[in-house]
Amino acid sequence: MSETSQSPDGPVTRSPLQEVGPKGHVHQPLPHDSAASHVRGAAPYLDDLRAPSGLLHLAVGGSPVACGRITRLDLVKVEQAEGVVAVLTSNDIPGRNDISLGHGDEPLLGSQTVMFFGQPLFVVVAKTRDLARRAARLAVIEIDAETPLVTIEQAEQQGSKVLPDYHFGVEDNAPPLALADLRLSGQQRIGGQEHFYLEGQIAMAVPGEGREMQLISSTQHPAEVQHCVARVLDLPEALVSCEVRRLGGGFGGKETQATQWAALAALAAHHTGRPCKIRLDRDEDFVLTGKRHDARVDWEVGYSANGQISAIDLNFWVRCGCSADLSQGAVDRMMFHADNAYFLPSARIGSQRLRTHTVSNTAFRGFGAPKAVLAIETVMQAVAAKTGQDPLDVRKVNFYGHNGTLTPYGMQVESSVTGRRIIEQLEKTSDYRAKRQEIARFNAQSTILKKGLALTPVKFGVSFTQTHLNQAGALIHLYPDGSVHLAHGGTEMGQGLFQKVAQIVADELGVPLAAIHHAATRTDKVPNASPTAASASSDLNGMAARNAALTIRSRLATFLSEKFSCSTVEIQFAHGQVRVGEETLSFADVVRMAYQARIQLSATGFYKTPKLDWDRTRKSGRPFYYFVWGAACSEVVVDTMTGENKVLRTDIVQDVGHSLNPALDLGQIEGGFVQGLGWLTTEELVYDQHGRLRTHAPSTYKIPLASDVPDQFNVALWKEPNDEATIYRSKGVGEPPLMLAVSVFCALMDAIGSLAPSKPVHLDAPATPEAILRAVDAMTRPNEEGS
Amino acid sequence: MVSVSMTVNGKAVSAKIDPRTLLVQFLRENLLLTGTHVGCDTSQCGACVVHVDGLAVKSCTTLAVACDGSTVTTIEGLAHDGALHPMQEAFREHHGLQCGFCTPGMIMTAVDLVNRKGHTLDEHTIREELEGNICRCTGYHNIVKSVAAGAQAMAGHK
Repeated sequence: MSETSQSPDGPVTRSPLQEVGPKGHVHQPLPHDSAASHVRGAAPYLDDLRAPSGLLHLAVGGSPVACGRITRLDLVKVEQAEGVVAVLTSNDIPGRNDISLGHGDEPLLGSQTVMFFGQPLFVVVAKTRDLARRAARLAVIEIDAETPLVTIEQAEQQGSKVLPDYHFGVEDNAPPLALADLRLSGQQRIGGQEHFYLEGQIAMAVPGEGREMQLISSTQHPAEVQHCVARVLDLPEALVSCEVRRLGGGFGGKETQATQWAALAALAAHHTGRPCKIRLDRDEDFVLTGKRHDARVDWEVGYSANGQISAIDLNFWVRCGCSADLSQGAVDRMMFHADNAYFLPSARIGSQRLRTHTVSNTAFRGFGAPKAVLAIETVMQAVAAKTGQDPLDVRKVNFYGHNGTLTPYGMQVESSVTGRRIIEQLEKTSDYRAKRQEIARFNAQSTILKKGLALTPVKFGVSFTQTHLNQAGALIHLYPDGSVHLAHGGTEMGQGLFQKVAQIVADELGVPLAAIHHAATRTDKVPNASPTAASASSDLNGMAARNAALTIRSRLATFLSEKFSCSTVEIQFAHGQVRVGEETLSFADVVRMAYQARIQLSATGFYKTPKLDWDRTRKSGRPFYYFVWGAACSEVVVDTMTGENKVLRTDIVQDVGHSLNPALDLGQIEGGFVQGLGWLTTEELVYDQHGRLRTHAPSTYKIPLASDVPDQFNVALWKEPNDEATIYRSKGVGEPPLMLAVSVFCALMDAIGSLAPSKPVHLDAPATPEAILRAVDAMTRPNEEGS
Repeated sequence: MVSVSMTVNGKAVSAKIDPRTLLVQFLRENLLLTGTHVGCDTSQCGACVVHVDGLAVKSCTTLAVACDGSTVTTIEGLAHDGALHPMQEAFREHHGLQCGFCTPGMIMTAVDLVNRKGHTLDEHTIREELEGNICRCTGYHNIVKSVAAGAQAMAGHK
């Protein structure tokens, strides 16, 4: 591993865009806000909080089959078991038995019919977690079982869907395809992914005065927990609050999937009048919570001899599981990224959202986009194979800019020059051309081991595609000692959001970071916050917090200008001091004086992302505020006898705009890449014909380890300021890097392709050794197209 | 119920416990030492690593009674007199964490690694030795850097 460099060559300065933040904390590589506590084990997660008096514990009882009608649910023995205080079913829900996002298709506790294997049918409330879990096993559950729809093909044949089909792009692509010089079609299976946040799902409910209910939850979406609990308990939303200080990882798996556990805890607290906590164990967490969608993509492409695409059909068959959950947004985002970085003159992007009797698939870092990027990059590899060109040259000839800038959904790509320059830089720094020749020589001499190389770009649209979610709030209080209380609607799950927002507020108020107390995220402090998702949380919450800080600073400046008879221009806030003309006051003194003068020392801030007007029905408008660019070059070696493989080197250049915190951004890039590497190589979810997940623990589901990361791993930040007026011209960084791992998958295809160079490789994801061997077999079988 | 006595972070402790009590439960629930985390419940992720008689063990699959008479060190016992242990300082300094849930186990494993293999550790050794500890956030890059730096710093800190 070589040392990480923090900036690419080619410094970028565009003077009109240099309206950067005040000197101080913003743009500095400061550690995570809780780093000093984490290393001492002193940053408490929910399960580490001291138990409230009278705390009870929950365990769920689930369906033993994936599909059928419940004929008997006998809970007498459960109720009689030691330590059991209550056993609750759907009949005990005072409000609506509905934890869906408005589709009404997902119950808190199953009744009458079951939707997937393990689906919670009842919950045991007991004095200890152990007693609750033992009691849950005593239930007698009889179900008139039916054959479940498990696979994409089974659902496809039955026409089983969670949402209507949706497509955009050209209506009839047949004529343009027919006109193309060359045509090729293929199919690819793309696996799902378990989040494996290290802290599993957990929630605690504490009943308050009257009908009040307070939740503490490991959730990325506290407002959703609040609203869902109110619905389930039939309470006004104002009586329910939700708090989260930190999550031990989320990755999308706690956006909607945390809600059910919080609602069960609240239901138990409602019935017992006591605080109630539920923590899933790891196997339950695997079985009972949704994952990244898996899919099959059928594609057909028309292209010319130089590899330029003239027309393309990409049709995605997506396993959504038993309910809609976030499948509208996640599959839409997949479609929005089917172009990746390429101008596709005539494209039709279609999607079918299939309902199966499996757990409901959900958000996962990238939110659909990774599958689409993988699909189009697979097409690039195939076109390169057929035209006998270097895949990088095929990518370049199709890149946005030269031939066009209009996406299949009608938005203009205005920043493609950034993407192109990143590719060009990476081509140099990774020694792509020299390495290509070196690998050709190696492969010519090596019969069993084959090396492969790929340089793939990523373009990722930032903003929630549901436009209304692009809003955020913040709250700041000043106290007479000069300390600052900061809250906003975003949740801290390791990504460093709290530190970035604190850096912004510290600089706007001109106080040291130590003066800022970053409070837990609470729905009664900042209401109706959007989930912490879509790589947009620093953009949204950072700007909302900045607006709150500016409001307070402006009040203080106005007060001082009147008191000292000077212009507000002569007042400067910096380093915990306030300069008023020639005088210097401490920030705390200014706050005390302002308090005495009855100046309001609390302010809210609000922000909504401009320019967004995507209309899903009319299929027009702008879904994204801006695009993030990046590229990765990976080199692999494959053992074609066993399918074993290794990543030898990866070089990355990632656009982060004018980074709010380069250290935290580097962490997102490295972590995102490795998470994508796991998704595409070792993490395989296996359901059996009965709909049971057979890979429900790290013993059978392989997360990347330290030893799986490339030997040489070089990451550089591309620090060109955002063209759009985001917070200090930074860019979102949470999700885009995950898709850099597509370079590894394409490098594996490249290595396999060396066995029969003009034949496209048919490789399904994840590229486990078994999948690689299947691809190798197809290459070496005579008279058969690989794709 | 059985009696168990051990020294935890320098303090003698004893309690009557269910013989099935896991060491991690004993630490977290009886002693309120919640810095040791449970990630996977099945001794694969390493979030629960503590030292028993100077060696790293996964406390989620160790019975508390098996540690009767032993000396146990948890993440809370690593810092002395308010000063971070060099390995803790290295993880903080080199951004060796994100969500932080795996961090206590990583640090305890890393200290054990240095105790066994010395202060000059090549990257390959560190990566192989961390195979019992899963991190889902960082991609391990900064963790490996932290361990190497922490190992060096421990040399001057006996």
